[in-house]
Amino acid sequence: MEDTSRRTTLKALGATLGAAAFARAMAPLAAWPEDLSIDELLQRHYKELSRDDMVRVLRRLEQETLDQYGAVVTIDDVRPIPEVQFGYALNLSVCVGCRKCAEACHIENNHDRATNQSYIRVLEIKNGSVDLAMGTVDYDHAVPKKGRSYMPVQCHQCDNAPCVSVCPIEATWKEPDGIVVVDYNWCIGCRYCEAACPYHARRFNWHKPEISAEEINPDQAYLSNRVRPQGVMEKCTFCLHRTRKGRLPACLEACPTGARVFGNMLDPNSEIRWVLENKRTFVLKEDLGTRPRFFYFFDK
Amino acid sequence: MNHARSYPAFLRDAVGVATDGGWPFYTWMTLLTALALVGVNAWAQQVVGGMGLTAMSDHVSWGLYIANFTFTVGLAAGAVMMVIPAYIYKDKAMHDVVIVGELLAVAAIIMALLFVNVDLGRPDRAWHLMPGLGRFHWPVSMLTWDVVVLGGYLLINLHICGYLLYTRFLGRRPEKRWYLPFVMLSIAWAVSIHTVTAFLFSGLGGRPFWNTAILAPRFIVSAFVSGPAFIVLALQVIRRVAKVPIPDAPLHTLLGILRVTVLLNLFFVGSEVFTEFYSGGSHTASASYLFLGLHGHNALVPWIWTALAFNSVAAVILLSARAKSQLWLADIACALTFVGVWIEKGMGLIIPGFVPSTLHELVEYMPNELEWRVVVGIWAAGLIVFTLGIKIAVEIFAGRMRHQLPDAEPDEPQAAGGA
Ligand code: SF4
Ligand code: SF4
Repeated sequence: MEDTSRRTTLKALGATLGAAAFARAMAPLAAWPEDLSIDELLQRHYKELSRDDMVRVLRRLEQETLDQYGAVVTIDDVRPIPEVQFGYALNLSVCVGCRKCAEACHIENNHDRATNQSYIRVLEIKNGSVDLAMGTVDYDHAVPKKGRSYMPVQCHQCDNAPCVSVCPIEATWKEPDGIVVVDYNWCIGCRYCEAACPYHARRFNWHKPEISAEEINPDQAYLSNRVRPQGVMEKCTFCLHRTRKGRLPACLEACPTGARVFGNMLDPNSEIRWVLENKRTFVLKEDLGTRPRFFYFFDK
Repeated sequence: MNHARSYPAFLRDAVGVATDGGWPFYTWMTLLTALALVGVNAWAQQVVGGMGLTAMSDHVSWGLYIANFTFTVGLAAGAVMMVIPAYIYKDKAMHDVVIVGELLAVAAIIMALLFVNVDLGRPDRAWHLMPGLGRFHWPVSMLTWDVVVLGGYLLINLHICGYLLYTRFLGRRPEKRWYLPFVMLSIAWAVSIHTVTAFLFSGLGGRPFWNTAILAPRFIVSAFVSGPAFIVLALQVIRRVAKVPIPDAPLHTLLGILRVTVLLNLFFVGSEVFTEFYSGGSHTASASYLFLGLHGHNALVPWIWTALAFNSVAAVILLSARAKSQLWLADIACALTFVGVWIEKGMGLIIPGFVPSTLHELVEYMPNELEWRVVVGIWAAGLIVFTLGIKIAVEIFAGRMRHQLPDAEPDEPQAAGGA
């Protein structure tokens, strides 16, 4: 009897110690709720939100941006325009590799300042090849360099998008106007889409983005350039907060050589339509069957 | 029989047995618990500070966690190599110890699920993955298939283990109809978990290193290496430490299986290597990076050659006549090939898929200390589950953990048993 009660006491002691150690181990989590609200935790998928829900979510997100970043912003839920199919084309003959597009993206889309993030990567490739293996993104000299050509790569908004197929929870999908979007408040951050994308077009928020209040672009949309939460996926949205309101993507406006052509492919008078009809265009890695909406072409 | 009373008694006694033992047991469990807590702590830091605390990047976006996930799914599937001899070939000696394999399946699946969960950027949203609660992208996303097959495999094996242990606890013979169909199902299911996990990778057209039809067969064969190897070692430990009289026969059956699967595994690797290197072209880049290094980047080269060396030495040992009489030699072979497969199907499979990146950038990855802490923590947690399961099973099979019938219960004729 004596022995049993001693054992029980020891076990109780062990359990108490174990529980205390567990609490200690979990202690870092105490810092978490700062950025977490119950509303956010229980928020439904974008497509399941009613108009009223959406308005409430948008106001909450604006408030959060104010609280966490000190910036007053407007976040809209900008919907696709009917009868519009966006397409993008890039003239490789005139691109000089200045990376102004990448920089404009960085600013427009409220990217993390610390990592100088952008949705666009510009490859420098030796002339005589369009083989990506021959290229580099790390060039650091005056451009254009003789004997080199340049190839900016961003999300191709594939019509048969592997990133969309693999997502286990439909956190990323194709909109009716062809843009592939992510619901940053639904994504669980498994990064399967990042493994699936053949064009290195996806970016993960490895940390909470850092950006000062003055630098924040206040003109934001839920599905595009609002400041993203930590731990979720993001990608180029063809600047839908601009393009769905009749403006052009920021990267196009920034391009000094006019290499970029954007528009509604259903509009017979659009410039993009002219390029598609009159130039010899090609898409990257066509053999993969992803059917990109981002086309490359040469002048001659 | 009144299950409402005997089942809680079963659970109570199981907790009692699980928390009772000699000093070696307490030391072992304290060590594992401490390691598991180190892992919990590292994970908690990662959740708050962001996945950026790991060494992963947009270039190599999966690392040590998914590597271990892949391996532990294989371990779970490999446990079936006890189940098949025991139930299909009616191997009596294997039948007596098959519970070890079933418990391993449970522990390994729990580990696999933990490995996926620590890889999530937003674990607070894990409920989005629950069928019915979230938005389950089934059947298109292979990851949803994995959720289904892994969850299913866990439930099936929990049922089998739980049922067998509980009936023994009651002092009854297990009834075939309550477990045999599930055992048969678990065999097919074991193949499915590893096939689906292979499809997770091989279905990605943009990653030529994974995009190969041989991936699923390779996964299965390597599972049939790591599973039996682990079980051989576990049986050796159980009979030494827990003094359970396990005969050599099941060990020889498992080693017989290993002799074939270790070779098959090497053969598959060889076929892969030939196809990659003989035809050449840019899709060879990942394989070159893995085996030879690429443009001065060669972080994985020592890993993969270690794996190949371990697996080859294990094959030679297993084929030698002496390993049949001297089991310690076989133990060494099992340990070697277990580590070999862990490298080959972990880091050796996941990382080259990302190097070079889809735009052919060469960015390398080596897990950092935080990732190792999380991984060690999960392995410790898995071993805790496995140890406790084995301990309870040993006590029940030895008849030391038995249901004590209340003295007066005249309306329950013991012998009849029944449904
Ligand atoms: S380029 Fe990548 S991210 Fe963009 S739609 Fe295609 S697969 Fe998805
Ligand atoms: S990271 Fe997010 S968007 Fe990408 S597959 Fe996972 S849940 Fe979907």
